[in-house]
Amino acid sequence: MSPKHQRLTLALLGVAAIVAAALLAMSALKDQASFFYAPSDVAKQGLPLGRAVRLGGMVQAGSIRRAGDGVTVHFVVGDGIATTPVTFAGIVPDLFRERSGVVAEGHFNRDGSFTATNLLAKHDEKYMPPELAGKMHETRTLER
Amino acid sequence: MPSLHALANPARFLAIARPATPLLTCAGLLLLGIGCWAGLTQTPPDYLQGDSVRILYIHVPAAWLGMGGWSGLAASSIAFLVWRHPLAAVAARAIALPGAVFAAVCLVTGSIWGRPTWGTWWQWDGRLTSMLLLFFVYCGYMALARADAERGGDGRIPALYGIAGTALLPIIRYSVIWWNTLHQGPSIGLTRSTIAGSILWPLGFTMSGFTLLFAGIVLMRMRAALARLRSEARMRRMARS
Repeated sequence: MSPKHQRLTLALLGVAAIVAAALLAMSALKDQASFFYAPSDVAKQGLPLGRAVRLGGMVQAGSIRRAGDGVTVHFVVGDGIATTPVTFAGIVPDLFRERSGVVAEGHFNRDGSFTATNLLAKHDEKYMPPELAGKMHETRTLER
Repeated sequence: MPSLHALANPARFLAIARPATPLLTCAGLLLLGIGCWAGLTQTPPDYLQGDSVRILYIHVPAAWLGMGGWSGLAASSIAFLVWRHPLAAVAARAIALPGAVFAAVCLVTGSIWGRPTWGTWWQWDGRLTSMLLLFFVYCGYMALARADAERGGDGRIPALYGIAGTALLPIIRYSVIWWNTLHQGPSIGLTRSTIAGSILWPLGFTMSGFTLLFAGIVLMRMRAALARLRSEARMRRMARS
């Protein structure tokens, strides 16, 4: 093996080792590096009480209820396995709607419900014009 | 690879790079113009996000070039370490600044996009944080490469740093798949895309336009660096005689 080949093998092995290390570290950090708790995480690990956390998932269909004071919103967040009821008082983001992703910042209560101080909308990776979105868009325009 | 070795000759490289620089830059600007015009006027708005989706025609190419730039920098670093050719080191240094600029453009446009859609300018989520790290790693590379050159180093340390930095690329790519993040999952895969065709097509123009522009800038910077090296060598010769 010429020194050139030796260096090439060494460099490529180095890159492979670095990338593999990064991927291993990522999968090990899976739980710690999460941006939010999903309702099923809470069901599995117990309630993270007494500290500010984020809760993420899909707003369940038909679960949004607006309270009489005009600013308080009650809704249910689910991830297909478990659900958590959420209360939030304030202005919701434009993209906040049923069957859509949401990340709520706040804290859990002892009864397993969540009180949010801030809402972030999480959209999915699909982009389409209104006419393709069809029904979803229709219901939205009918509301207005 | 005879063609690559032929290119490694600086004189031959310059003979190709000189006409290629304006060609790439002009073609890139033209494609970019078409893509921006089409993206602003010819495509429908998104059903959820409305017109704010149009920032994707800048945000996505900037992200691709921020990450692609580092791949190029790492490949040049490997070529430099293996074949010890100075032109590869010049290429790696030339890529660093435009790569950092595009990473910054990606972060800024993402922040502007995040405000109306997610409702926040910035969150420490996996994708956003790892992209910010890439920007810092670019800055670190530039500082290290300059320090190495000033101290008369042989360029091996910045090259090793360039290889080490590739660790970030899979993290950025898989952050949205493996971790739960505020940033949505990947829209464009190798074979399919979840962006409707009528919204997607100008992205091809801005993507190739920015890429050609990037290549033009890199060639420009490489030529400037080679000219500087040559003038320094000439000054040294004159000082000696």
